[in-house]
Amino acid sequence: MRARFGLDRPIHEQLVVYLGNAVRGDFGTSYFHRRPALEIIADRIPATLLLMLTALALSTVLGVWLGATAARHSDRAADHAITIGTLVGGATPAFWLGQVLVIVFAVNLGWFPVQGMNTVRGVPDGFARVVDLLHHLVLPATTLGLLQLALVTRLTRTGVREALADEYVRTARAKGLRPGAVLRRHALPNALLPVVTVVGGHFGTMLTGAVLTEIIFAWPGLGRLLFDATLARDYPLLMSIFLIASASVVIANLLTDLAYGALDPRVRLR
Amino acid sequence: MSATAGATGSAAGPARSTGPVRLLRSVARSRIGALGLALSGVVVVLGLFGGALAPADPFVPTGAPLRPPGAGHLFGTDDLGRDILSGVLHGARVSLLVGAVTALMAAVVGTAVGATAGFYGGATDDLLMRVTEFVQVIPRFFLAVLVAALFGPSIVFLVVLFGLTFWPGTARLVRSQVLSLREREYIVAARALGLRDRRVLARHVLPNVVAIVLVSGALQVGAAILIEASLSFLGLGDRTVISWGYMLNNAQPFLRSAPWLSIFPGIALVLAVLGTNLLADGLQAARDRPRA
Repeated sequence: MRARFGLDRPIHEQLVVYLGNAVRGDFGTSYFHRRPALEIIADRIPATLLLMLTALALSTVLGVWLGATAARHSDRAADHAITIGTLVGGATPAFWLGQVLVIVFAVNLGWFPVQGMNTVRGVPDGFARVVDLLHHLVLPATTLGLLQLALVTRLTRTGVREALADEYVRTARAKGLRPGAVLRRHALPNALLPVVTVVGGHFGTMLTGAVLTEIIFAWPGLGRLLFDATLARDYPLLMSIFLIASASVVIANLLTDLAYGALDPRVRLR
Repeated sequence: MSATAGATGSAAGPARSTGPVRLLRSVARSRIGALGLALSGVVVVLGLFGGALAPADPFVPTGAPLRPPGAGHLFGTDDLGRDILSGVLHGARVSLLVGAVTALMAAVVGTAVGATAGFYGGATDDLLMRVTEFVQVIPRFFLAVLVAALFGPSIVFLVVLFGLTFWPGTARLVRSQVLSLREREYIVAARALGLRDRRVLARHVLPNVVAIVLVSGALQVGAAILIEASLSFLGLGDRTVISWGYMLNNAQPFLRSAPWLSIFPGIALVLAVLGTNLLADGLQAARDRPRA
């Protein structure tokens, strides 16, 4: 058994062998599943991606709207309420928020299922299956989305506030544009640039949030896999998850930089 | 400006003793800063004395299991009949320890790296910044999970790991601050007078980056508390001490029957992190405010 996984060799040799294989795309074989680690991870990525993209879409649309609203009504009740909300949201851990949502909406109100991605007994076919999936997606996506929402709202608010005080906004107002048009056409596009940077830079945080959210809701993605791998002491799998997570953070940062160059004509990448 | 206080040398002595008091007063002037100070103060007091204030040992059953909040057990009891209030009070210690040590280590390493890179520039700067960026992209939570799984859950490992991975943010802020300070006239003057680099850095540069280090330090306390809680929630926390994350892990099977297992430790966690985040905002505001 030890010889089969190469565990009889000295630790530095194991490391060299591991790194050599990893460079060639071989991340080792899971002790528990007895399949290549990369293959197991690839199976789980769609579920995690679905959760993250839904949460990202929800938080971006809502966050930009809330942030812009707060900035337009600067220092009034709406602004204060939104600011307090973002502060509390920014301090709330994903797993506790998930637990609270389960207590309120799944246990007490019974609106949504507590766990899972599909109904366990009698998975329906066709369109009903999609509805079932979406029904299961609501609470986890809300959990992850609310955390991201705090960040997006806060950044949008600051950005729009600064933009609204700028000269070109005064010009736009002076030529008679309505406040809504000034906001949408002139202030928002500039205010959203830092949002792109920071949200892209927070990919790692969001992935962490997704992992914890998945564990609360038994969502069959990377997080669940990570949890099971720690319990099973499945080191090749754990190591691979860590490497994939690191690589995805680097790629997210790169894409953010490229997006920034494309969105802002003043930025030139050399 | 503190720069003039530093330049006169002997005046720095008394100025330093009143510095923290003046800073705290300045932070407390904004409502956000005052609330942040109050909440952070409560966490510090609970972290130091919470064990003494608690009615019971958080690991010893003192009542019937899963008793709802009420007389005798203000926050109720868990599945083993352990007092939740005692757990919440004792749990502050882990959060305080992890947060404070992380911020301290990050401040020391980050300031050293950032100040060296910004002050000397050139190849030193390039090398240090590449290392900084490398460390910055490591996903801390995943690394912490890996380390806990490989070497066993231990609070010492965790704190060291945080200290080694939280500094890049501080280093980058300090570097950019030092880059702009380096060209100021009083620094150029100090160097022209023939002061050694170390003395210029210690006396004239570093006093001006203290505020920015404090702001990022306060944010790191909150971030470190959250990651520790996440690990404990996964069952990868130190089992020898009670923590809010461990209590939330314990609450997961009882969300239906006994939600108070989750509610109270969660609120404690949110208030602690909120407090340090607000403190960071207050410090930032105090730094931006023109001095009277």
